[in-house]
Amino acid sequence: MNTLYRVTGSAKISDNIFSLVFDAPAIAKRAVPGQFVHIDCGLPLRRPISICDIEGSFVKIVFEVKGVGTTRLAERKHGDLIDVLGPLGNGFPEVSGRVLLAGGGIGSAPLLYAAVRSGKNCGAVLGFAGASKAILTEEFAAVCGSVQIATADGSLGHKGFVTDLITSDGDYSAIFACGPRPMLKAAVDRANELNIPVYVSMEERMACGIGTCLVCACAAENGGYKRVCCDGPVFTGGEIKW
Amino acid sequence: MVNFAGISFKNPVTLASGTCGFGRELSEYSDLSELGGICTKGLTLHPRAGNPAPRSAETPAGMLNSVGLQNPGIDEFIKTELPFMRTLGTRIIANFSAASVEEFALCAAKLADSGVDMLEVNVSCPNVKAEGLAFGTSPDAVAAVTSAVKSAAGNVPVMVKLSPNVTDITAIAKAAEQSGADALSLINTLLGMRFDLRSGKPILANGTGGLSGAAIFPVALRMVYQTVNAVRIPILGLGGINSADDAREMLIAGASLIGVGTALFRDPDIAGKIAREMKDSRE
Ligand SMILES: Cc1cc2nc3c(=O)[nH]c(=O)nc-3n(C[C@H](O)[C@H](O)[C@H](O)COP(=O)(O)OP(=O)(O)OC[C@H]3O[C@@H](n4cnc5c(N)ncnc54)[C@H](O)[C@@H]3O)c2cc1C
Ligand SMILES: Cc1cc2nc3c(=O)[nH]c(=O)nc-3n(C[C@H](O)[C@H](O)[C@H](O)COP(=O)(O)O)c2cc1C
Ligand code: FES
Repeated sequence: MNTLYRVTGSAKISDNIFSLVFDAPAIAKRAVPGQFVHIDCGLPLRRPISICDIEGSFVKIVFEVKGVGTTRLAERKHGDLIDVLGPLGNGFPEVSGRVLLAGGGIGSAPLLYAAVRSGKNCGAVLGFAGASKAILTEEFAAVCGSVQIATADGSLGHKGFVTDLITSDGDYSAIFACGPRPMLKAAVDRANELNIPVYVSMEERMACGIGTCLVCACAAENGGYKRVCCDGPVFTGGEIKW
Repeated sequence: MVNFAGISFKNPVTLASGTCGFGRELSEYSDLSELGGICTKGLTLHPRAGNPAPRSAETPAGMLNSVGLQNPGIDEFIKTELPFMRTLGTRIIANFSAASVEEFALCAAKLADSGVDMLEVNVSCPNVKAEGLAFGTSPDAVAAVTSAVKSAAGNVPVMVKLSPNVTDITAIAKAAEQSGADALSLINTLLGMRFDLRSGKPILANGTGGLSGAAIFPVALRMVYQTVNAVRIPILGLGGINSADDAREMLIAGASLIGVGTALFRDPDIAGKIAREMKDSRE
């Protein structure tokens, strides 16, 4: 099983956020929006990063530098080989009708591929701490029917929470949400009020990434735990014990 | 071929309990029929939900885990997982633990009946309060558990998995041998902790967890070496094995089989690679 792929592009896209593109036909061919890849950074454990976009055989990821693993990932340059497992996990479902994408911060990145796949048939609401932290807004604007931004400090778009922008306007038949846990909880609450099915992308610390080690546990509404890596990372809002 | 406690293994490489589930997912990444054997996730009489998250934290050369023996229970294992495991073409070692001597015997009887090749008695899980570790740190308790399991297991060989969280591992090893254990496996994880700098709280929801991976390799070698010189029964050595050279070093320390665990998380085919490399160098 070959897991080595060539990096074909890297860029710093905001303060602390980087993008990396690698040529991985085997991943690109099978990937659906919401799935992730598991990347070897030369450390004991791989790092899970969502697929942000696919173009032909090229896979793009966008990530925030948090610690040693993402620091090393940000140093990868054109021509380097990276060791990547994927695509992993269950992504967002295919839905008929319009989809509202709700992203919080770096959680906006995985929704771009969903936007690309659904095209004008989707709308996006994206939330960031401030204008300087906003990412991928042009990419979303290029493919989505509508894009609205919220910032905590009001420096761009609506001042307040991104979930304030989830309304009954737009006749959406599903909401796909990705972001910090409190934002996901708020998105699920809004969706329930509006009676729209909601799918959330969850995060948990991982080891194997393929379902064998049981460390990526997420408490389930009907008792016990789900594995974020292979039962998710995308779950219906109702599956999670909030 | 390795003869280990009366069972033939096609080579000395096995997968460590809890790091390969029941082989199902891993079999998509690695041909498990190339391996000597596979140890199941730790089983218990009744299903267990496990500990709250976070359950893992990376460490400089390994990781901490506090899964807490999440498993579907022995009956469900026999019904839904074992039939698939039988198709893998490798020896099946059922790892299990219990909360009392009687329960250990009951589990052993069920598993021995199910047709697995060997039992691995986990008296050493650091993540479950009042279970494994309490047993694993007292020679008398290990003796009682081993005798009870032996009498319930019929012809199925019994391997006792030892905890490194003890002052003198040879005292525990001898207690298991004298009570009829056919083999020993060591080591399980070392009890550890990490804190989140920002919150000042432990990273693991359980507080403490078990350290595994390269960090514990020298400790495992030392404990295998000490134990080999204290008992006559064969030993499966594990803890931090990452390469064929590590595996060879573990055999030099005196182990007859070796187990690969945490290294699978970086490379799901690492055990296959180790088995192939060791085979090539023997030919
Ligand atoms: C399914 C999934 C998809 C993700 N997609 C993205 C993405 O597209 N872009 C992005 O920037 N980040 C994403 N993350 C979060 C990303 O995995 C972590 O930020 C990253 O692992 C941090 O690694 P580090 O070495 O820099 O940090 P450290 O803090 O040094 O990491 C130490 C350990 O903790 C784990 N860890 C730390 N933070 C997280 C976290 N938030 N989630 C899971 N594990 C964590 C690491 O994997 C590592 O094992 C995703 C996480 C998951 C589970
Ligand atoms: C995530 C995880 C889960 C584990 N679960 C079990 C278990 O259920 N039963 C058991 O006896 N050992 C369990 N172990 C311990 C391993 O089988 C092994 O003894 C230990 O990790 C040392 O080997 P390693 O460094 O190669 O991983 C677990 C280890 C890890 C990392
Ligand atoms: S990370 Fe191992 S089961 Fe999910």
